[in-house]
Amino acid sequence: MYRFAERLAPWLAILCVLTLAAGLYLGLVVAPADYEQGDSYRIIYIHVPAAWMSMFVYMVMATSSAVFLIWRLKIADIVAVASAPIGAAFTAVALLTGSFWGKPMWGTWWIWDARLTSELLLLFLYLGYLALRGALESPQSASKAAAILAIVGVVNIPIIHFSVEWWNTLHQPASITKFDKPSMHISMLRPLLLMVLAFQLLYFHNLMVRVRALILQRENRASWVAELAEKNHV
Amino acid sequence: MSELMEFLSMGGYAFFVWSSYGLTTIILLAVVFWSSRQLKQSRTQAFRRALQHRNKQ
Repeated sequence: MYRFAERLAPWLAILCVLTLAAGLYLGLVVAPADYEQGDSYRIIYIHVPAAWMSMFVYMVMATSSAVFLIWRLKIADIVAVASAPIGAAFTAVALLTGSFWGKPMWGTWWIWDARLTSELLLLFLYLGYLALRGALESPQSASKAAAILAIVGVVNIPIIHFSVEWWNTLHQPASITKFDKPSMHISMLRPLLLMVLAFQLLYFHNLMVRVRALILQRENRASWVAELAEKNHV
Repeated sequence: MSELMEFLSMGGYAFFVWSSYGLTTIILLAVVFWSSRQLKQSRTQAFRRALQHRNKQ
């Protein structure tokens, strides 16, 4: 697992930089301005990918928490802990860029509507998860309690997703739906999808780095670590 | 030059657009640096411990 993460990471990093460069160029320079929102809509290229990632990373965290509870797989626990700070960062980005988009378009930095409130709750779920892990003395009970919290928090994900349909709100409805024809022009859609891919790659690269750090912390008496240390002349 | 100025002005939304992109860059870079620093620290510590442990045996 450690070796796998070590080998995969540089490829993910290269791909991430390439898609990021292409996405930013197409999104900020090539794509035309929106006819209603002018150039302010360009915030979409970070806001939507970050919001999607905030939910995607949470699903990864909750799924691996469930795997850890059911099959006692240690690596699933490691994946869940490693994901939490990255997910929190994406959530913070989604909230902040949303604010900077809301101000010129809605005239306010923040409203307590369902979409924004449930996304804020997601940030607190991530932070609560990390705090709970830090607070409990025994690593076993910390892993278990945090896993349960992550699984319970899953109810928030469909609330975030459907909040723009269930309640009247300032937030615009989904820009892209899988089943309909997309409501965006291809010149605007292409950079958005590239940015989503770039954010995905950023997450997986970061995950590989954090997973390696956690494996080393937990296995610091293993003989393979000693062998690795000798190979690296430490 | 004027093309560059026009690009930077973002049709009058420069403050909002560039603040968003700036903050995003700061947050994501912070996570990337934090993670790689953690990996470096864990490596040095784990390598030292693992070698100590083996020498004891």
